[in-house]
Amino acid sequence: MSSTNTTTVGTIGAPSRRNTELAMLLFAVLIPVFAYVNVGLAKDGSVPAGVLGYALGLGLLAGVAHLVVRKWAPYADPLMLPIATLLNGMGLVFIWRLDQEPAITTKQLGGAMAPGQLMWSTLGVGLFLAVLVFLKDHRVLQRYTYISMVVALALLIAPVFFPARFGARIWITIPGVGGLQPGEFAKIIIAIFFAGYLMVKRDALALASRRFMGMYLPRGRDLGPILVIWALSLMILVFETDLGTSLLFFGLFVVMLYVATERTSWIVFGLLLSGGGAVAVATFESHVQVRVHNWLEPLALASNGGVTETAQSMYAFGSGGIMGSGLGQGYSRLIGGIAPKSDYILATVGEETGLAGLMGILLLYGLLIERGIRTALAARDPFGKLLAIGLSGAFALQVFVVAGGVTGLIPLTGMTMPFLAQGGSSVIANWALVAILLRISDTARRPAPAPAPSTDAEMTQVVRP
Amino acid sequence: MNKPLRRVAIFCGLLVLALLIRVNWVQFVQGDQLKNDPHNRRVAIERYSKPRGNIIVDGKAVTGSTITDSGDFKYKRTYKNGKMWAPVTGYASQAFDSNQLEKLNDGILSGTDDKLFFSRTVDMFTGGKQAGGNVVTTLDAKAQKAAFEGLGDKKGAVAAINPETGAILALASTPSYDPSTFAGNSNKDAEAFNALQKKNDPDDPMLNRALRQTYPPGSTFKVVTASAALENGLYTDVDADTRSPLPYTLPDTSGIELKNEGSIPCENASLRTALQYSCNTVFGKISADLGNKKMKAEAEKFGFNNSKIDTPVRAAESIFPTDNRPQNAMAGIGQASNRATPLQMAMIASAVANNGKLMKPYMVEQLEAPNLNVVQQHTPQVMSQPLTPENAQKIQSIMQTVVQKGTGTMAQIPGVTVGGKTGTAQHGENNKDNPYAWFISYAKTSKGTPVAVAVVIEGSDTLRNDIAGGKLAAPIAKSVMEAVIESNK
Repeated sequence: MSSTNTTTVGTIGAPSRRNTELAMLLFAVLIPVFAYVNVGLAKDGSVPAGVLGYALGLGLLAGVAHLVVRKWAPYADPLMLPIATLLNGMGLVFIWRLDQEPAITTKQLGGAMAPGQLMWSTLGVGLFLAVLVFLKDHRVLQRYTYISMVVALALLIAPVFFPARFGARIWITIPGVGGLQPGEFAKIIIAIFFAGYLMVKRDALALASRRFMGMYLPRGRDLGPILVIWALSLMILVFETDLGTSLLFFGLFVVMLYVATERTSWIVFGLLLSGGGAVAVATFESHVQVRVHNWLEPLALASNGGVTETAQSMYAFGSGGIMGSGLGQGYSRLIGGIAPKSDYILATVGEETGLAGLMGILLLYGLLIERGIRTALAARDPFGKLLAIGLSGAFALQVFVVAGGVTGLIPLTGMTMPFLAQGGSSVIANWALVAILLRISDTARRPAPAPAPSTDAEMTQVVRP
Repeated sequence: MNKPLRRVAIFCGLLVLALLIRVNWVQFVQGDQLKNDPHNRRVAIERYSKPRGNIIVDGKAVTGSTITDSGDFKYKRTYKNGKMWAPVTGYASQAFDSNQLEKLNDGILSGTDDKLFFSRTVDMFTGGKQAGGNVVTTLDAKAQKAAFEGLGDKKGAVAAINPETGAILALASTPSYDPSTFAGNSNKDAEAFNALQKKNDPDDPMLNRALRQTYPPGSTFKVVTASAALENGLYTDVDADTRSPLPYTLPDTSGIELKNEGSIPCENASLRTALQYSCNTVFGKISADLGNKKMKAEAEKFGFNNSKIDTPVRAAESIFPTDNRPQNAMAGIGQASNRATPLQMAMIASAVANNGKLMKPYMVEQLEAPNLNVVQQHTPQVMSQPLTPENAQKIQSIMQTVVQKGTGTMAQIPGVTVGGKTGTAQHGENNKDNPYAWFISYAKTSKGTPVAVAVVIEGSDTLRNDIAGGKLAAPIAKSVMEAVIESNK
């Protein structure tokens, strides 16, 4: 199959699809507004007072984002912005809905979180706009390959120097601003580093290898970086008790390596290493053992005879059934603490909108991931391809790890559901991620003055700033 | 690079597919199971989100529901005169589950029973809130009051039955407890509940003595022994001599004598005289002469050795044991390993009064839907026929003698035919503990046989002869019988 068969790629100028995006954005704003009204009616029997402000706010964010895309990235993918807006809007509604439960909105738990999340979302959209306006060409990022590596490592290691919050050492505390999860930003930055590094090293990695037991094993000097990253991800796990982030980073590296070298042996190699590492860590870390135990026996009672968070989320899903209890009419607050608004927000989605709503949300994520991979397919330069697949892959892994954890498919690892869950760092970082993907797709779909005959030929082109 | 990209795309697709399959599994396949898991608090929240149906006595509810403002649970159970009705209603607590009628008829009371399907469906279309139905009991409020107040601060129990139908009219147990005190789920409720537990209160107020406690029946069991004698043709005339020696030596023993309480005319006494004075020697001999097998068979016809007497609250099993000859002779006078619940003893009196036909005891007359439509109606059932009508009348005649001029004179009611039997059961090794005072009786009026009653009182220090049952328990039985006759007028 040649790349010209995909709909987003063509030698003739693709239609910009900006009007499609606008129409879909309308839905992406209207659906959360209706959901907001729905919650108000269910909880108090009246239309919530803030509905006009919420509708205008979300509409304004979507409108400005659309105008900026129209002006600065006219050929960008038309689906990503509406999906991100819809997910973020629904996330705000769910958080606001959970704010209505006094039991989990106490002062100790940080009080109401929807206003904060709205502010972070605004900042996220702001960063989204800034990326589109100031990043004229994604290939500029290639210049910062090694700086990215240093920044990413610094961001990853930083939380070690801050106290643990909610059982995991993944936060840094900035006075006056609050907590930040640098892992969310490191995700993007490390994808930039990998893309830059692999674009340069891909030939060496792919070709200079020895055959051993039917597999192509890379040379030691090429194998070095993967071992370093593997060790690093394990260290993050051990010191910061953050299984999710280490899994995400390692998976990201394996996926990008595989795409860059086109060698299956890397996948086998990666799976072996991560499997060995996970087993080793699970043997030592009680934190991880508890998670595995909860996964194997989700309904088992806690040592004090109480019902565990895992069991509570399973009950929430089960009670939602197919059609759900209706927005505002569930009891996901029983999960307790701060978790219903962050890690376990999918439990509320599952209980109140049912299997139907939850599958809808998962399909939205699936669609967003698919548009990201399509962008990677469409990109004409290897750096863009690698960066796009890295970002979409990271996004996909995160969605899988969080949703799989909350629904009991895999052990829970404690990451945030992109856009949906409460968390400032997460929402800002994911808006930036979507912005970069949009930038790449704009470049890819822009009518090329002289389309290159093959991607390999592009390799030799001079990269202009 | 597009080939690996497509593979990664497929991989990501598989990840999303795995999630979709998983949520279908959890929410569709496992959904109902998780939804109804007992640890899922939503079950309890739903249960207490609406007022519960009521338990009805004489057309009035003895239970209620009140709105609470604390926590998840909107409504909690209240009880009117809870201490008096606790042996009937049981309790329904937000924190400590429920028991007895509250538990057994929970489906009706909470409105989830399949029998209410029609009314629920109507509610669904008319937008009405799903409500609980009512449980209508057979109890007689006046009789219950007489029983409860008669017991007073003594430890004991009363069971009264309508012999013609088996309907339970009174079921009292003291000391009692008020289920309202722990109906909620606050710390105060927990304290109240813990204080009532047997380990914290040796009087065990939550024990339903009328149904769930067995005692040695003592001399009241002689009614069964006399029945066995007549049914097996050992004697045919209740006024003929029984050829009983005094003293009487227990069979297979080297001279252990069965004693009577005091010097009473028991030698060769007729059944009538023997029951009138409560002769241990006569009835011990009857039991020995009939043998364990025949005695056991007769006792079982009256309901002994039946672990499934459901009223619907299950009564503890009353025991007439398989035993050796001397023990069997003792069992014939209600001692040894012979044990009975107060309900069982009331059933014996009721079978005699109902001309030998034992009706199945029950206390739920009807189950009602929230709109008061009857969804289930009890029909009286014959449980067994321990006596032929002729023999039953003979036993009635000698039981009436007991009340007219024997140990049970305190149960006399002017203008009413009363038959009864007293009992004082020895208790503890070598009779060192306080004896149990028993009285069983029935009353007949011109309109029929409305009531049979059994009373047991634990721990009466002072009176250690056979009169104890007559002095202590008979007045309570009398007031219960009077109350029933009064309500039947």
